[in-house]
Amino acid sequence: MAVLAHEPVITQTHADVTRDVVATLEKPSTGYVLLFFGAVGLFLVGALTLLILVKDGLGHAGYQPPIFWSVYITTFVFWIGIGHAGTLISAILYLFRSPWRTAVYRSTEAMTVFAVMTAALFPIIHIGRQWLFYWLLPYPNQRFLWPNFKSPLLWDVFAITTYFTVSTTFLVYGLVPDVAAVRDKVGGWRKLVYKFASAGWLGTDNQWRHYSRAYLYLAALATPLVLSVHSVVSWDFAMALVPGWHGTIFAPYFVAGAIYSGLGMVMTLVIPLRRALKLEHMITKYHFDNLAKLTLLTGSILFYAYGMEYFIAWYSGNTFEQTTFFRRAFGPYWWAGWTMITCNAFVSQLLWFKKIRTNLTALFVVSIFINIGMWFERYVIIVSSLSNDFIPWAWDGLNPTWADWGILAGSFGWFGMWFLLFARTFPIVAIQEIKEMIPLPRRRGGQH
Amino acid sequence: MAGRSRIVPGVLASFEHIDAATDAIKALRAGGHKDLVVYCSHPNHELEEALEAPVSPVRLFTLIGGLTGTTAATAMTIWMNLDWPTLVGGKAIAAIPAFVAIMFELTVLIGGLASVAGVIILVLMGTRRGVMYDPRFSDDRIGVFVPAGGEVAPGVERLFRDAGAVEVRHAEA
Repeated sequence: MAVLAHEPVITQTHADVTRDVVATLEKPSTGYVLLFFGAVGLFLVGALTLLILVKDGLGHAGYQPPIFWSVYITTFVFWIGIGHAGTLISAILYLFRSPWRTAVYRSTEAMTVFAVMTAALFPIIHIGRQWLFYWLLPYPNQRFLWPNFKSPLLWDVFAITTYFTVSTTFLVYGLVPDVAAVRDKVGGWRKLVYKFASAGWLGTDNQWRHYSRAYLYLAALATPLVLSVHSVVSWDFAMALVPGWHGTIFAPYFVAGAIYSGLGMVMTLVIPLRRALKLEHMITKYHFDNLAKLTLLTGSILFYAYGMEYFIAWYSGNTFEQTTFFRRAFGPYWWAGWTMITCNAFVSQLLWFKKIRTNLTALFVVSIFINIGMWFERYVIIVSSLSNDFIPWAWDGLNPTWADWGILAGSFGWFGMWFLLFARTFPIVAIQEIKEMIPLPRRRGGQH
Repeated sequence: MAGRSRIVPGVLASFEHIDAATDAIKALRAGGHKDLVVYCSHPNHELEEALEAPVSPVRLFTLIGGLTGTTAATAMTIWMNLDWPTLVGGKAIAAIPAFVAIMFELTVLIGGLASVAGVIILVLMGTRRGVMYDPRFSDDRIGVFVPAGGEVAPGVERLFRDAGAVEVRHAEA
């Protein structure tokens, strides 16, 4: 469809918006069904791997001294990062009154919830005795032992639990008026389901008055939360003395990286989804141009952070830091290090070109590079630093096994399965926010 | 919802134009009909202005929830550390800076949940059961309901028609 990148023209009426979005919930296409069962298949691979790990223990995974954080923690940080773009778009851009967020924020919010849900599985898988995960929580027990609140790992438990709860609340809260709109359009058993899910929403002035005000406060609370969560994740590393981790730049560096990876995943998901759900006229090049500009901004911050890490390693005069960063570029993990730099620092710079920002095929390819690059960033930070710490005779490499790859593949299946299910069950585009942008017709003509 | 409750007698008008709906609301309010129910598919500030609705008190729930979160986190971290004192990295037993992350997270968590709880409570308190509704109000129509029965109803209907309502219906008890 010929829509200019800087032209947020909405030619639809309010009725068109409801009709088009409700149409996405009708009979799924063959492509969707294949994709969904593909995701379920991957999930089953992960579930089977986990069953074996629970039965036999973590010995199947590639843990060996000195690397006891490897693929699972890498993937945990990767998914937590993915979960950052959603709340950035839904909360921070809401406070900034950015009109372009309306068409894409529901899908990014859903992505956030399912990404954090995926990420939260990894520390539990990683601890080995998964059935004892509740030991992380402060609960009264017979020995009156409490968790160590001075540990960043416990801060992380609170940060991720809060982020998951608040993001889910934000998603469900935003869905209620839209579910009511679907309820009023469908019939049969579906009407009953949506009636239950709409929680008695009728769109009265009393409901909107309290709803809109609380949405503002939720956005105001979620804004610092987005920035805090990946800062806390970064402190899992930065509070330790491991070379390559102990940096004050880590919090902003991780937050920028998280948003960058999340935006990459948004593009990977939404570019095919808009075509599959026939939403090309609602999610236009204008939205992708803006997404790409944010990606360029965060990618450039990441580029700066990579450079600064190398500079500080040299400037500190610390041999261990210098060796770590030398080995990241020229040591046994050079391939991972250069994958990270190429995919994140260099590929993001392509987005300076408007032709790329508005070419959805090019943007999709860039987004795949971003996903790969951001997984490798966490792999490089974790594995390359742990492989050469302060005891040179203990230096060793990591050999990931089928158990690592099985869980990694399963995580993509688990995430994809929930996201695809959501996209067919609930409005993937926020009906009421799009309608807010369309002026209501006036008898006397003109604008308010 | 409406089906389970006793029907409130009144007049329900449906509008296609926002200025027609606001004209009707202003005229009704000027005529002493303050107890209106206005339906719209999205929040609209022109309707809010016409209704002269006060700011929602939901902010009190947010504030009280947030403060409860901060207090609970402060009390929990300090008490648990004093209850099982362990020296970590030379820090004080009750090392407040190390607990700031927990305090912040619980402030946001309980503040957010309290805001939603506040909306549920306030909406339930302010909702009049048995008021007439039309599914087109979640699509492209604006609805205005006036609880009015008997002799008042024809006057309200006339007012709606004059303002530009595209449809007017009566609800009988």
